[in-house]
Amino acid sequence: MAGLGPPARTLRALLRELRYLSAASDRPYKDTAAYRYLVEAFRAHRVTSEKLCRAQHELHFQAATYLCLLRSTRNHVTLHQEFHGKGERSVEETADVVGLKLPQQPGGKGWEP
Amino acid sequence: MWRSCFRLGAGGASFPRRPCLVPAAPVEPGDQAAPAPGLWLLRRAYAPPAGGYEINLDHRKLKTPNAKLFTVPSEALAVAVATEWDSQQDTIKFYTMHLTTLCNTSLDNPTQRNKDQLIQASMKFLDTDTICYRVEEPETLVELQKNEWDPIIEWAENRYNVKIGSSTNIMGPDIPAKTKETFMSLLASYNMWALQGIEFVVTQLKSMVLSLGLIDRHLTVEKAVLLSRLEEEYQIQKWGNVEWAHDYELQELRARTAAGTLFVHLCSESSTVKHKLLQE
Repeated sequence: MAGLGPPARTLRALLRELRYLSAASDRPYKDTAAYRYLVEAFRAHRVTSEKLCRAQHELHFQAATYLCLLRSTRNHVTLHQEFHGKGERSVEETADVVGLKLPQQPGGKGWEP
Repeated sequence: MWRSCFRLGAGGASFPRRPCLVPAAPVEPGDQAAPAPGLWLLRRAYAPPAGGYEINLDHRKLKTPNAKLFTVPSEALAVAVATEWDSQQDTIKFYTMHLTTLCNTSLDNPTQRNKDQLIQASMKFLDTDTICYRVEEPETLVELQKNEWDPIIEWAENRYNVKIGSSTNIMGPDIPAKTKETFMSLLASYNMWALQGIEFVVTQLKSMVLSLGLIDRHLTVEKAVLLSRLEEEYQIQKWGNVEWAHDYELQELRARTAAGTLFVHLCSESSTVKHKLLQE
C-alpha cells in the first residue's frame, strides 16, 4: 500500500498549497471553490486514520495526488522562472558579454527618420 | 485576474440560462497576456449538478481549442480546472495547466483516435516496459533495480494473475500473449476519458506496470515517478544533482503524472452523489 501518512497532514498541506496559489490574487484562499470543496469532502467522508474503509482510502489517495500536482506545478514554475525564464539578452547586453560597445551616432543613422 | 466559477451544463436547460458573452475567439493555446485587472469582474456562482460542469471565466464560457464547449463530468475535476485557471496571473502558462490540457484532449480528440487505438497505444509500452528492461552492469544498479522493481512486478503478477517477468535482453522482456489480453480487457473497461488519462500516464512514466500501480492506488505519484526514474536517481546520487535540469524534469514529470492519475480517477469514479455525463 502506498505510504500516504495521516489524512490530516494531507489536508493541511493541500490548504497550504491553496494559500500559496491565492497569495497572488487578492481573494482570501478560504473563499475559493477548491477550499470549500476539499473541506467539505474531507468532512463528509470523515477521513480518519482507519485503514478499513476503502472509500476513505480512495479519497485520501486522490487528495494526495492533487497535493502532488499542486506542489510540483508550483515547484516547476519556480524552477522555470529561476533558471529558464530570463529570455533573450538585449543587443547591448550581448555586446557587453564579449566586451564590445554598440556604436553611438549622435545624429542617428542616415536612413532613420 | 481570473475569476472562475461553475455553471450548469447544457444537459438540462430546465432553468433560465444566464446571458453570457460568447467570446469572439476560443481560448487559444500558447502564452497570452491577460488584460488589465480592472477589466475582470468578481463573479461567483454555483449551481447544483444536473449535467456536465462548465467553467466560466468572468462571464465567458470556457471553450476548448476546437471551439467546443468545455464540459466535464465530475465536479472535483471542474474545481481543479477552475483552480488551475485561477492560479494564472499575468500570463497564461498553458504548460502548467495539465488538467485543462487533458480535458481539452478528451473533448476534442484531435488525433481522432478511437478506444482500440488508445488501448493499442498504451499496450505498446508494455513490450519495453521500464521496470522489465534491466541492465547488466554496474552491479549496484542491477541490485537497485532488482530491489525496487521486482516487488512491483510481483504485485502486478499477483493482482492481475498474469506473468510478466523481466529481462536483460536488448529486445526487451517476452510478455506472453495472455498477459497482453488480460491488460487489454482491463483497459477496455475504462471509458474514453479515463483512457486518455491512462495513455498520458503511461507515456510519461514509460511503463505500463507502474501506471497500473498508480491507477490501482498501490503506488503514490512520487513513488511511481521515483521508480520510473530509478537509473537517473542512481546517477544523481553518484555524480550529483543539477537543479536546473534534474529537479526541473522531476517536478514536471511529477506534475504530469499526478494530473494524469487524478484525471483517470475522477473520470472513472462512480458514486451515487455525483452524476456522470460522459462524452465519447
